Amino acid sequence: MSERKRVPIPIRVEPGADLPAAERTAVLEAVNRHRALEGALLPILHAIQDRLGWIPPRALPLIAYELNLSRAEVHGVVTFYHYFRQHKPGEHVIFLCRAEACQAVGAVSLAAHAKRALGTDFHGTSGDGRYTLEPVYCLGNCASGPSLMIDRELHGRVTPERFDQLIGAGAAGAGAA
Amino acid sequence: MSVTVYIPREATSLSLGAHAVARALAEEAARRGESVRIVRTGSRGLFWLEPLVEVQTSAGRIAYGPVQAGDLPGLFAADFLNGGRHRLNLGPVESIPYLQSQQRLTCGRLGVIDPVNLDDYRAHGGYEGLSNALPMLPAAIVKEVTESGLRGRGGAAFPTGIKWKTVHDAPGPQKYIVCNADEGDSGTFSDRLLMEGDPFCLIEGMTIAALAVGATRGYIYLRCEYPHAHDTMTEAIASAYAAGCLGADVLGSGRAFDLQLRLGAGAYICGEETSLLESLEGRRGQIRFKPPLPALKGLFDCPTVVNNVITFASVPIILQRGAQFYKDYGMGRSRGSLPIQLAGNVARGGLVERAFGASLRELLYDYGGGTRSGRPIRAVQVGGPLGAYWPESKFDTPLDYEAFAAGGGMLGHGGIVVFDDSVDMAAQARYAMEFCAIESCGKCTPCRIGSTRGVEVIDRLVAGDRAAMQQTLLRDLCDTMLNGSLCALGGLTPYPVLSALDYFAEDFSKPAVLQAAKR
Repeated sequence: MSERKRVPIPIRVEPGADLPAAERTAVLEAVNRHRALEGALLPILHAIQDRLGWIPPRALPLIAYELNLSRAEVHGVVTFYHYFRQHKPGEHVIFLCRAEACQAVGAVSLAAHAKRALGTDFHGTSGDGRYTLEPVYCLGNCASGPSLMIDRELHGRVTPERFDQLIGAGAAGAGAA
Repeated sequence: MSVTVYIPREATSLSLGAHAVARALAEEAARRGESVRIVRTGSRGLFWLEPLVEVQTSAGRIAYGPVQAGDLPGLFAADFLNGGRHRLNLGPVESIPYLQSQQRLTCGRLGVIDPVNLDDYRAHGGYEGLSNALPMLPAAIVKEVTESGLRGRGGAAFPTGIKWKTVHDAPGPQKYIVCNADEGDSGTFSDRLLMEGDPFCLIEGMTIAALAVGATRGYIYLRCEYPHAHDTMTEAIASAYAAGCLGADVLGSGRAFDLQLRLGAGAYICGEETSLLESLEGRRGQIRFKPPLPALKGLFDCPTVVNNVITFASVPIILQRGAQFYKDYGMGRSRGSLPIQLAGNVARGGLVERAFGASLRELLYDYGGGTRSGRPIRAVQVGGPLGAYWPESKFDTPLDYEAFAAGGGMLGHGGIVVFDDSVDMAAQARYAMEFCAIESCGKCTPCRIGSTRGVEVIDRLVAGDRAAMQQTLLRDLCDTMLNGSLCALGGLTPYPVLSALDYFAEDFSKPAVLQAAKR
């Protein structure tokens, strides 16, 4: 008999073992809810981002394992689509339209103002963590621009002054709706 | 007796304060002890008048707009519930000239009905097309659609009947109906208006398509930038299932059609049909080589009809009123009507559904009323971000697929974006290349690399760095993209770039673009 000490060798690392419990639950619930769908990956990613606000990179191995995909495939999909984000956003996300119809009525200067007011470039978050600024290519509000959407709330004919009111008031009680 | 008041729940109206108006109206009515029934509708698409409030009176629906929440006490004081006089009173809504002169074949119910009330839909002719289609042979439905002359409204204008026939004739145990609701082109919103204002019409059109080609499953691929359309469609699909209009036994016919709503995730390229199919299958939205056509090998390699929202929504009226009725509208090979969208810097922006053939000038001035800024119109871009920029000299072009193509442009999805004389066309050309670089799926080199090189060349051109050489280079690059790209994104990006260069050359000799880039 060998005297050598037996060291257990981990033959399978549990995918997503390093995910915080809340994130793990969110991912598994999304997967279990949608896995039977044809082409389930996008609905699953949407469900995760709806719940968490982002898709934690550490969740990708778990998603891949559950769907029997490679991690590369899941990574490829998450990174292909502009809407899916792998960084935790601020409390609210501002989707500011950069497209032509809004450009025709001042979107370029509104974007410049928004970046100054929030102290961040596109894809970044304001210093106080309240707002993430994302560019968007058309919100379909093309006759009433410049347009932006704060979370799910759409605003039209947004001037720099109106922008300041909207972020000053906070998204919840703000504005048009 | 309770008075019925209609207020839109459509996104543009909401962006201008429609929820607050509805709330204020309910509160003011309660305070005054008036009995009011508020019906939330889609929008008729007269956006400069939104939020547009309509009151049901004995003289029809009287419109007030644009109404803000603070106007309500004054409106009640003016007895608006009985159509009273007020500065916002626009008279009977149907007599507003902008609306009265339109030919709303496809969009006739927008703003009229409660979009999620199936009874309301049926009371306005809904499901008559499907009822007519149910006893017909599939081939006869396809023939009716072919004879109507309907062409794909998404932009490519391919004859719908021929596409359906290909799928009808294709063998396969499983076929699909896919609706392209990834309306990514700036300046377009007719798909959204339809889904928010008359979602059952889309469901009915897709169901007819399913009967025609023998498909049992369908998907609507909706862009995630449209959360309000998502809500309305979700509600409508649930109602349609509950009423037996969808499911295993469509209206008791024994035929099955299952419909699911899917969300995109912010990729413009997924409006290209093969990218859309890849995305629906759960992959990166990279385009596919054609052939095989999606009609033969589409979703999950099955025969698939892929059509735009407006295309499907135009089908019910064709089956309801007959191919000849629809075909009698239009000009040349462009039959029926097109929901045109006036957008950008325009005084009276909105939806104008007219038979093909109206001139661009008529749209811009008679309907649009010129620019919102009051300055002269300098350029218009028709057909989305891949459409050409046209100067005033082209405004007499009729809205017709062939006439636009002959003029070096494209009608596309019917979106018209207006720019006044403050526009910097070199900046617009640069943006076209930048947009292509951001949204390229990366599959082919002319698009993936060419777009980035395009931005650089335009920057050097505008900076005056060997300008003549840069122009030659830019034109050569555009030629490569136009002829060498796999799909319309890389293949059509040269249109806005070259048209800006051809018609607005003066803008390329000042340093504004670089400054814009630094902002």
